[in-house]
Amino acid sequence: MKCDHCDKPAVVHEVLIQNGKKIEMHLCAEHATAKGYILPTVPVTQILQQFAAAGKSIKAQKASAKRCEACGLTFAEFRQTGRFGCAGCYDSFMPSVAAIIERAQSGAVSHRGRTPKRIEGQADRAAIRRQLIKEIEAAVAAEQYERAASLQGRLHQLGLVQKPPTEPLP
Amino acid sequence: MNMNPQGETLPNNDSDVVVSVRIRVARNLAGFPFTGRASDTQRQEVLQMVTRAPLGGAFPDGLAWVNMNQASLQERQLLVERHLVSKHFAESALPRALGLGHNEELGVMVNEEDHLRIQSILPGFRLNEAFALARSFDQALEETVDFAFHQRWGYLTACPTNVGSGIRLGAMLHLPALRYSGEIERVKRAAKDLHLAVRGYYGEGTDAIGNFYQVSNQVTLGASEEELLQHFRDEVIPKLVDYERTARQMLLEKNRPLIEDKVYRARATLKVARLLGAEEATKLLSTLRFGIATGLLHNLSVERVEQLLLQVQPAHLAQLDPFAAEEEMGRLSRANLVRRSLGDYTEGSPEI
Repeated sequence: MKCDHCDKPAVVHEVLIQNGKKIEMHLCAEHATAKGYILPTVPVTQILQQFAAAGKSIKAQKASAKRCEACGLTFAEFRQTGRFGCAGCYDSFMPSVAAIIERAQSGAVSHRGRTPKRIEGQADRAAIRRQLIKEIEAAVAAEQYERAASLQGRLHQLGLVQKPPTEPLP
Repeated sequence: MNMNPQGETLPNNDSDVVVSVRIRVARNLAGFPFTGRASDTQRQEVLQMVTRAPLGGAFPDGLAWVNMNQASLQERQLLVERHLVSKHFAESALPRALGLGHNEELGVMVNEEDHLRIQSILPGFRLNEAFALARSFDQALEETVDFAFHQRWGYLTACPTNVGSGIRLGAMLHLPALRYSGEIERVKRAAKDLHLAVRGYYGEGTDAIGNFYQVSNQVTLGASEEELLQHFRDEVIPKLVDYERTARQMLLEKNRPLIEDKVYRARATLKVARLLGAEEATKLLSTLRFGIATGLLHNLSVERVEQLLLQVQPAHLAQLDPFAAEEEMGRLSRANLVRRSLGDYTEGSPEI
């Protein structure tokens, strides 16, 4: 659409109702500035941020398409409803699950309460240990020391560390 | 109706502020998708497993099971008014059931968002008892069925906000003075900082009609069941109760006429009104409750007001008077009920 006052393309569009009549206005950048419509200049940083966001969203799209092997729920579906489909989802959607739970649970990283009698001591401790160590490393890399310490505490609590560390994590 | 007009005093259990407490435990059966993702056949299987599970010595008679799809709209509404089921559960069309035990102090929803929502609701500040009751059912069932459990995340739930212990502790608090003094918003913010949810009369997304607020913990992971209970019982609720009592005292000291006016007007209206809506009745009875708690009304008990608060709700009223199901008749019937119920209740004339 062209500007009301010249042939340049209109960038400002306004619809006014005056005395019950609809008045449409289309202005190019120059005429818009002249009429007092200030056009926002987009700072370079913002554009860069948008590029970065676009890059992320490709990653996010991959994550969204991830499917739970047990029940078939996609991560996108989980995001929509906030509800998991089955117990398997908790493992299928790692590591996103850990981040989501920690946020929802004020930073808590693992269960400390009761364990059903039938499974006490039966779980795959090695797998839990590997997972926790992986997350500690990631937390340290991201300089989330408080979180790393909390995960470290969990390792000790589960008796998955032979010796207590002689010095705290960096 | 057990109405005893004389010599009624304020009972213990901090019931001047704490209306009731609720413990809710979320559990899912291992090997089945959560309710929302399960097929109807699987939901039926879950129903069968839970309703037929032997419960042992703690529940020698088992529970009384209500098939929600066979319950009438009015019956389901009645259960909502008693806070025994969520609105969501009452309105769902899935195969689902409610188990009742211990004089309705225990309610077990099957096929809610989680396969099991075990609830114990008790009047007053009887958190330990409620906790013990919900837990006894949880444990009795766990003897025969396997719950979905994860070594790291604990008891698994459909929503990650319930994972871990699966336990939500709640209290229905009556906070009129905090509302009148305008401090309620500050308290709500403080509660949020303490990771508490503050909700209305019928839970999430409902209004605090009559200044009744439901307060509950939001964090279910990272602390043992006992720690959660202890924190809620010994720190959270006493603090809120204390705020409300202080606000009441301040109001009585600084603005006694305002409080007296509210209380005596509520009493007068309830004793003469010919038409009463449910919400209006709830608000007026709430003010009456406030009058008892602040010592302005003497010959009336909190229990009696509590009973009326329940009876004036639409489905309860319709049960007493079938004609009251229609709204206008309901208003008439409700006013009659309240007048009759408070007919024998008199106070010395208010101090002038």
